Amino acid sequence: MSGETKKILLHPIFSNNPVALQILGVCSALAVTTSMEVTLVMCLALTTVTAFSNLFISMIRNHIPSSIRIIVQMTIIASLVIVVDQVLKAYAFGVSKQLSVFVGLIITNCIVMGRAEAFAMANPPGVSFLDGIGNGLGYSIVLIFVATIREIFGAGKFFGMTVMPLVNDGGWYVPNGMLLLPPSAFFLIAMFIWLLRNWKKDQQEAADFKALPQVNKEAV
Amino acid sequence: MEGYISLLVRAIFVENMALAFFLGMCTFLALSKKVETAIGLGIAVVVVQSITVPVNNLLFNYVLKDGALAWAGFPEADLSFLGLLSYIGVIAAMVQILEMFLDKYVPALYNALGVFLPLITVNCAILGGSLFMVERDYTFAESTVYGIGSGIGWALAIMALAGIREKLKYSDVPKGLEGLGITFVTVGLMSLGFMSFSGVSL
Repeated sequence: MSGETKKILLHPIFSNNPVALQILGVCSALAVTTSMEVTLVMCLALTTVTAFSNLFISMIRNHIPSSIRIIVQMTIIASLVIVVDQVLKAYAFGVSKQLSVFVGLIITNCIVMGRAEAFAMANPPGVSFLDGIGNGLGYSIVLIFVATIREIFGAGKFFGMTVMPLVNDGGWYVPNGMLLLPPSAFFLIAMFIWLLRNWKKDQQEAADFKALPQVNKEAV
Repeated sequence: MEGYISLLVRAIFVENMALAFFLGMCTFLALSKKVETAIGLGIAVVVVQSITVPVNNLLFNYVLKDGALAWAGFPEADLSFLGLLSYIGVIAAMVQILEMFLDKYVPALYNALGVFLPLITVNCAILGGSLFMVERDYTFAESTVYGIGSGIGWALAIMALAGIREKLKYSDVPKGLEGLGITFVTVGLMSLGFMSFSGVSL
């Protein structure tokens, strides 16, 4: 694998993460992360859609008039999502019920649209495909981080298997109920961003206002 | 009548699009730095949401639903798998029509909304509203109320967040948590606050 391809594939995971830096695709990152199984299905679905929409849009990028490009992109993305939705309904009906409207919402997931617009419209198909996979992975890593913490500490389970036996079932672990509630996902993503930005300092945002240095009054 | 009021209150507070279902989060986080932009975007969402949800309801009931095409002589047709494609088409078309209409007849509002109008096409709160409407089998009247309510709920949430963020920029936030990080924490706290509505029913 040459340096360039590797960069396109791996760059979005930490250095240019779609959720933590580009503010794309936040909605579903929050709503589907209570259990690992559902999360993994969602990550797989999104990565597939992003990769293939990038591939197809990039293939026909020279033939799309710019005035109707959004509609063309939407049609391609919506068709891919319908395929994914039908496959999930056929082979993983339980998970598809739990995901409810969020599979359909991949259409308006900004990652797919944003990468199509920002990358696939200007690059050849092979590279665009890799970029789609890379951004899918970047999204997945945030979701998996959040889902792991939520499932282990919220329900004492991992992939549905008991890790820490709950007090209710005669074990010792008192579950943290807040982690099962939706708002906890916000705090966990904020922590992820905090950790990431302490590691990669260049992603920190400058403050709008800075406090003046303290003046020692007696010295004046 | 009481049913509709209860549905409206539920759509605005209990099942708030932004703070309970996390829909439309991308624009919610990216465009909530100033109160004025938040108000413009909020109004645009209310307008588009209260048009598209009822229109998609008609589309679903008379074209896409299993056996819905009986009036055209195809009682066995089931086009519901085309749902996603049609809803997003309706939304894109509605936004486009609204944009042209406002440009021609209400230029003041058009200028106020500016770039936010086309952005609404990819706002998941709009598509989410239509999908929830189908999943919960709302009638036409119910879906109109639901569309208006969910739009208002989203607008309310983004205005509140923008108000908080305008004050927040004077605060001393730890390095690395500045900007996006602290916004996530703020939204989390707001969402916890909105959960207190969950027991409310009329």
